[in-house]
Amino acid sequence: MRPFTYTLADDAPAAVRQATVPADAHVRAPVQLMGGGTTLLDLMKLDVMRPDAVIDITPLATARYGNIEASTTELRLGALVRMSDAAEDPAVVRYYPVIAQSLGLAASQQLRNMARLGGNALQRTRCNYFRDTSYAQCNKRNPGSGCAAIDGFNRLHAVLGTSDHCIASYPGDFAQALIALDATVEILSAGGARSMRFADLHRLPGSTPHIETSLAPGEMITAYVIPAGPWTRRSTYTKVRDRESYAFALASAAVALDMDGATVRSARIALGGVATVPWRATEAEALLSGKPLDETSATRAAEAAFAGAKTHEHNAYKVPLGKATLVRALLTAQAMEL
Amino acid sequence: MIDGNETGFSRRTFLASGTVATAAVPLAAQAKGRTMDQAAAVRAETGVPITLRINGGNHRVTVDPRTTLLDTLRERLGLTGAKKGCDQGQCGACTVHVDGRATLSCLTLAVAAQGRDITTIEGLAAADGTLHPMQAAFVDNDAFQCGYCTPGQIMSAIAIVHDGHANDANTIREAMSGNLCRCAAYPNIVAAIEQAAVQMKRG
Ligand SMILES: Cc1cc2nc3c(=O)[nH]c(=O)nc-3n(C[C@H](O)[C@H](O)[C@H](O)COP(=O)(O)OP(=O)(O)OC[C@H]3O[C@@H](n4cnc5c(N)ncnc54)[C@H](O)[C@@H]3O)c2cc1C
Ligand code: SF4
Ligand code: FES
Ligand code: FES
Repeated sequence: MRPFTYTLADDAPAAVRQATVPADAHVRAPVQLMGGGTTLLDLMKLDVMRPDAVIDITPLATARYGNIEASTTELRLGALVRMSDAAEDPAVVRYYPVIAQSLGLAASQQLRNMARLGGNALQRTRCNYFRDTSYAQCNKRNPGSGCAAIDGFNRLHAVLGTSDHCIASYPGDFAQALIALDATVEILSAGGARSMRFADLHRLPGSTPHIETSLAPGEMITAYVIPAGPWTRRSTYTKVRDRESYAFALASAAVALDMDGATVRSARIALGGVATVPWRATEAEALLSGKPLDETSATRAAEAAFAGAKTHEHNAYKVPLGKATLVRALLTAQAMEL
Repeated sequence: MIDGNETGFSRRTFLASGTVATAAVPLAAQAKGRTMDQAAAVRAETGVPITLRINGGNHRVTVDPRTTLLDTLRERLGLTGAKKGCDQGQCGACTVHVDGRATLSCLTLAVAAQGRDITTIEGLAAADGTLHPMQAAFVDNDAFQCGYCTPGQIMSAIAIVHDGHANDANTIREAMSGNLCRCAAYPNIVAAIEQAAVQMKRG
């Protein structure tokens, strides 16, 4: 790890001011905010991230940033809430099960205790060529250097949202729940507070895979706001992994359904493990809307969700796996007893 | 050297004392309580004196801000119970409790652990040497082979009983999944936790 200065934040605007320094990409920004540090310190040890300064923002959890607030109209999750606390919060478990499950099925108990929701959404890809600096080629780590994964070992890589410059999959789980439930993300900038749709937070790799989000350097996520709806209770997260626990998703699906008997009023669907960013499957949603839900219609929706998939040498299995995962998630949500 | 090692002489402190004295240049300012307005943040090359509360006792030590809690425990304070398996948050061998929560000490900076209550495997047994019920249950159930993962397993196991995740074999397996055992002692670990959970709930 390279030398850095460590500062304990006691004031959010001051932390953001200190972190607002120009950088061409967040991964290369010289000042990094630190929540649980489970992504940041890991990547600093690997020499993938090399900040001069780390600002520990966990003391800000004593303010509203550390709160879970559930009302009849919305759920507000502070960015410094621990994954484990959100996963086990009774209101989240009961009224927003897809959120509780996406967090509870992620990482391990120790990591969930440490990691915070702000850093969680910003966790970085597990692409081995990104994490291992002995590979010269990685456009995300070293813009313009090429992509070692496209012709390399790409079993874990994405099939949706890829580009000729990067095929890394977005590794997180919670983000799928947020994008499916139309969450908003609240942000503190040097110029004041702003908010955006969670769906606008992550950016497709395109020709600039090193620019991963729409956050400017220094901007701090302060909260996520999730609107309540008839679909939030009938929601579920299905995650398929190489082993049954403590592994990243090979394929996952976050589903929230508003049902009128056996007919779908509206479906909200997001896919994980298979895409470069948290992925909203709008074509699949449209196919289900107003239709009865059964294995046949669910399968048709899953076909639509993966119609644009582009596979590489080792990851073609993700297309049938992803479809089967989505079908299972849809039928699980339908069968939920509320 | 200024390590406030209350555990007495050990191979580790002996090794550390040869190398650390020159590196430890105490700074006037403590990292704890440092505010954003104070310009001088803690810089790596200089080192910073910190106080860690471990197993109920205060330990003063000067660390480079890059130092993890795990390395501080093992290399500076002679507390070698927590193990380094992967150093990347992937194996759980380094698990300790921070404010009662199972935490990976390899992904925790020592400077960030100030003001917290840290418990390590060394802090579990009673003063007279009586083992914690979880330690005793691991012995009773033969819940280890080489023993390398065991301190981390035991720290996680105690935490999951306290957190209410040790209800049956399935919830135990899920809650313990962050602790890998290369010897695959898993069935006996689950049995040990089931046994200790009953005793710990009885009080
Ligand atoms: C072995 C292992 C297994 C894992 N398995 C899973 C899994 O199965 N599923 C899953 O979803 N995740 C998994 N993770 C990832 C883990 O969930 C993330 O590392 C964690 O959620 C990140 O949160 P943090 O608070 O530790 O972030 P940090 O490491 O503190 O920060 C991550 C990044 O976000 C920035 N940041 C942090 N907070 C803010 C904020 N409020 N505003 C703006 N920027 C911020 C930091 O500057 C940094 O760049 C795993 C991690 C490990 C090590
Ligand atoms: S897939 Fe993306 S992250 Fe992985 S090597 Fe290619 S450019 Fe880098
Ligand atoms: S040494 Fe910390 S998790 Fe492996
Ligand atoms: S007992 Fe050997 S690693 Fe677990």
